[in-house]
Amino acid sequence: MGDLKLPEINYGALSPMLILFGAACLGVLLEAVLPRGRRHGVQLTLALASLVAALAAVILTRNTRVVTIGGAVAIDGPTVFLWGSILLLGVVSMLLIGERAVEAGGAFVSQAAITVGSDKDLKQAGGQPGATEVYPLTIFSIGGMLLFVAANDLLTMFVALEVLSLPLYLLCALARRRRLLSQEAALKYFLLGSYASAFFLFGVALIYGFAGAVDLASIHAAVADPQRNEVLLFGGLALVAIGLLFKGAAAPFHVWTPDVYQGAPTPITALMAACTKVAAFGALLRILYVAFDGVRWDFQPVLGVIAILTMLIGAVLAVTQTDMKRLLAYSSIANAGYLLVGVLALNKEGLSSTMFYLVAYGFSVLAAFGIVSLVRDAEGEATHLSRWAGLGRKSPLYAGVFSFIMLAFAGIPLTSGFTSKFAVFGAAIDGGQTWLVIVGVITSMVLAFPYLRVIVMMWLSEPGESTPTVSIPGFLTSAALVIGVIVTLALGVIPAPLLDLTNDAAQFVR
Amino acid sequence: MVGVTDFPFLSILTLFPLVGAAVVAFIPKTRAQLAKTIALGWSLAVLALSVVMWIVFEAGGDRFQFRESYQWIPTWDARFTFAADGIALVMLLLIAILVPAVILASWNDVDETQRSVPTYFALLLALECTMIGVFAAADVFLFYVFFEVMLVPMYFIIGSYGGARRQYAAVKFFLYSLVGGLFMLAAVIGLWVVGGHTFDWQKLSDVSAAFDTNTARWLFLGFFIAFAVKAPFFPFHTWLPDAGVAAPAPAAALLVGVLDKVGTFGILRYCLPLFPEASRWFAPAALILGVIGIIYAALLAVGQNDLKRLVSYTSIAHFGFIGIGIFAFTTQAGTGSVLYMVNHGLATGLLFLVVGMFVARRGSALVSDFGGAGKLVPVLAGVLFFAGLASLALPGTAPFVSEFLVLIGTFTVHKVYAVIATVGIILAAAYVLWMFQRTTQGTLNPALTEVPAMHKDISLREKIVVAPLVLLLLILGFYPKPVTDVINPAVEATMQDVGTTDPAPTAVANGKVAP
Repeated sequence: MGDLKLPEINYGALSPMLILFGAACLGVLLEAVLPRGRRHGVQLTLALASLVAALAAVILTRNTRVVTIGGAVAIDGPTVFLWGSILLLGVVSMLLIGERAVEAGGAFVSQAAITVGSDKDLKQAGGQPGATEVYPLTIFSIGGMLLFVAANDLLTMFVALEVLSLPLYLLCALARRRRLLSQEAALKYFLLGSYASAFFLFGVALIYGFAGAVDLASIHAAVADPQRNEVLLFGGLALVAIGLLFKGAAAPFHVWTPDVYQGAPTPITALMAACTKVAAFGALLRILYVAFDGVRWDFQPVLGVIAILTMLIGAVLAVTQTDMKRLLAYSSIANAGYLLVGVLALNKEGLSSTMFYLVAYGFSVLAAFGIVSLVRDAEGEATHLSRWAGLGRKSPLYAGVFSFIMLAFAGIPLTSGFTSKFAVFGAAIDGGQTWLVIVGVITSMVLAFPYLRVIVMMWLSEPGESTPTVSIPGFLTSAALVIGVIVTLALGVIPAPLLDLTNDAAQFVR
Repeated sequence: MVGVTDFPFLSILTLFPLVGAAVVAFIPKTRAQLAKTIALGWSLAVLALSVVMWIVFEAGGDRFQFRESYQWIPTWDARFTFAADGIALVMLLLIAILVPAVILASWNDVDETQRSVPTYFALLLALECTMIGVFAAADVFLFYVFFEVMLVPMYFIIGSYGGARRQYAAVKFFLYSLVGGLFMLAAVIGLWVVGGHTFDWQKLSDVSAAFDTNTARWLFLGFFIAFAVKAPFFPFHTWLPDAGVAAPAPAAALLVGVLDKVGTFGILRYCLPLFPEASRWFAPAALILGVIGIIYAALLAVGQNDLKRLVSYTSIAHFGFIGIGIFAFTTQAGTGSVLYMVNHGLATGLLFLVVGMFVARRGSALVSDFGGAGKLVPVLAGVLFFAGLASLALPGTAPFVSEFLVLIGTFTVHKVYAVIATVGIILAAAYVLWMFQRTTQGTLNPALTEVPAMHKDISLREKIVVAPLVLLLLILGFYPKPVTDVINPAVEATMQDVGTTDPAPTAVANGKVAP
């Protein structure tokens, strides 16, 4: 028997993840010992502090380029950049999650599984303080996302996928209002997500069969010099891609998105639209660019068709939506398509522009859902589009912010929506994917219509009897909105610093 | 002299109205009068600055003057580059002249009980900023940014302050322009890739000869569609009558007077120099669209019963003239076209403003709601008559010079098109005179006398609005030289970029341009 050799672990490089997982475990512990009344403040502070500390750790170790824990985790330019992005977006999401001034008891209830309509359910929906478990759960999920984008072998990636997904399934079921929709969303997300995970795992098995290993470098080597049947390779790649595209909400694996986005508590929807998207596309980028770049000519057309399908379905179905959260869900699907266009450029610009897009879109979508959580009436959030008519007269400030975000989504210059679209389209044309860009431009035209309709609703329609009021947000939501809007504007007017950052970061290690 | 031209004229001219817009926007609703006064003063300051630029500009000097360049997005080589050639300069001056007139003309147009007055004037100033920027930009990326952002203030002006069908018109306006703009976006990205990853107009135009023929044609098409929607040329014109009707009349004057010129300016500045071969290849199609536009829009104008819609259609017909002048590729026709852009801005701008004064009095834009109005408001009717005559290009008014130049310049190379286009002049006489007759002449419509406002003839404020435009139309009608001197070198340079030479005076050209 040889000596058991422990793999070398670079704790410094891993510190952001360690901080988050440590804080999440501590959060669970606090749940057990703290009196109920004090949990919210302590948990929220702990969650925010751990995110900020992790961010600080990322910044401190930003020049680290290392593959560690026996090749399971790769810390390289994209990892560091995506970690920073996820953590920043996570902080803003956490601000939305922690808001309790808008609704009595916050946006979450404490027990997800109570039968809807029962006395107990009505009681907990009627203003009982919500669960504080949401904070450790969110931190677990964000920690999983960090691992997901850094995973250097497929098994680690699978574990990370589960770590990031399981808390999200539960969080989706905790909405204070419309309990039934929320439970349905959680169940749907859980079932379909489990299928996607199974696909992913099966794909990993096939790729192991092909390459004899699960780490990305060995797969890369095996792809370059195939020793076994390539059916295993392509079958495995397809199944792994399905798992990732499901999380990124690309068609035809998108059907969960509108229902889950609608049913989940709005802060969680924001978290999924911003952070999960970064994680999913970060992992997709790593797998495609690091492990499978040898068969790029084989997967490019297939993923190209998926990108086109995603853009078309997202844009066309967004036009027909009458619910604000569903509209944003379809817009998020279309944006997954634009992200795929950037991914498929398969060059350095493709990598950097996709990362730029993820950050730009993340902040805009957080601000958008932040506003959605404020437009409410006695029944809770008023998400039906017709209810937003005349909002511009009642609350010009919030309607103005939302219009600005809509213009950003429509890709009007001087917003981050324009610069980010420009970046991915430019990279794609550079990478010879002109056909994707043409579809991208056409779907942008289609997609402009629903955004514009919202603006028309808010400003040009007369306020009706049923126009809801906008709640005065507490400090947390205000901060989230301010950050979202400033970043959207700043990345539109002076994108150069972030573009440079993504350019410098766009180098994977293998 | 070096000190003067080094002064950052164009960036200041662009940003100054934006600062004004911010200032006016923050004035409380209750201080409407203050907001109006500041907006007017601000736009007059812009006018003063642009007059200084006019004086500093050397007509025989470099093609591009007032050049400034600041770093913006180094990754893409997109820079804040401003520069003006003669064409841009006259358009900047046109903007600077029209905006104060429009602000003064809108003085009482906004219903204070319904909408915020300061916001309206802030939007006008913001619009002025984007309009100036679009003509002053010498960087394709910067141009595109202004081109698109320009939509936003106009959208809110139409949508929030317009007439009956304002929502529909605002959305139609926005979507049409956005669709055109997105075609252009694809072309801009394509141009960036084939042009060696730069957006600088000068660098791109230096390498434009090396573009692959097919690629260049696609890129041309992307730009051309955007500009054709903006101008608008037939068959992309259907948004303009709706927008023209729904917009407040003074804003409509800006819409057709300046905004639409962005289309023809864009063709001159971007399509022709950057894609010379494609321009020649597409020229026959563009000429045919121009001629169809002239006749078709003029015929529709004859049949209109809505004054604002009528003026919108006349505008489309005039853009047909500008279009054939550009694509005839002779210096004469090109100069005529640019001069037409200026004169049309003055004449149609004036016409829209005067129509707006009628509409404000009567509360309706329908021709049938007037009739014999000249008996009640003789001076105002006189101004309407003058504006109409200018817009039908009567000799002695400025548009005559430009229309004549366009037709002569086109005739030397494309006889048939020039002859057909001439029919447009006759139709122009028909729609203008008939409109004038039905609204102001003949028996007095009894319903008209019951409207108290119709008994008030032109006020001092309105006189101040129309006087400069009337004067300019007359002066430029008799003595266009100051403007043509500035335009000519720029047009000649553009024609050189396209690679065409003017036909010798005696030679019979066969309709083809030299290779």
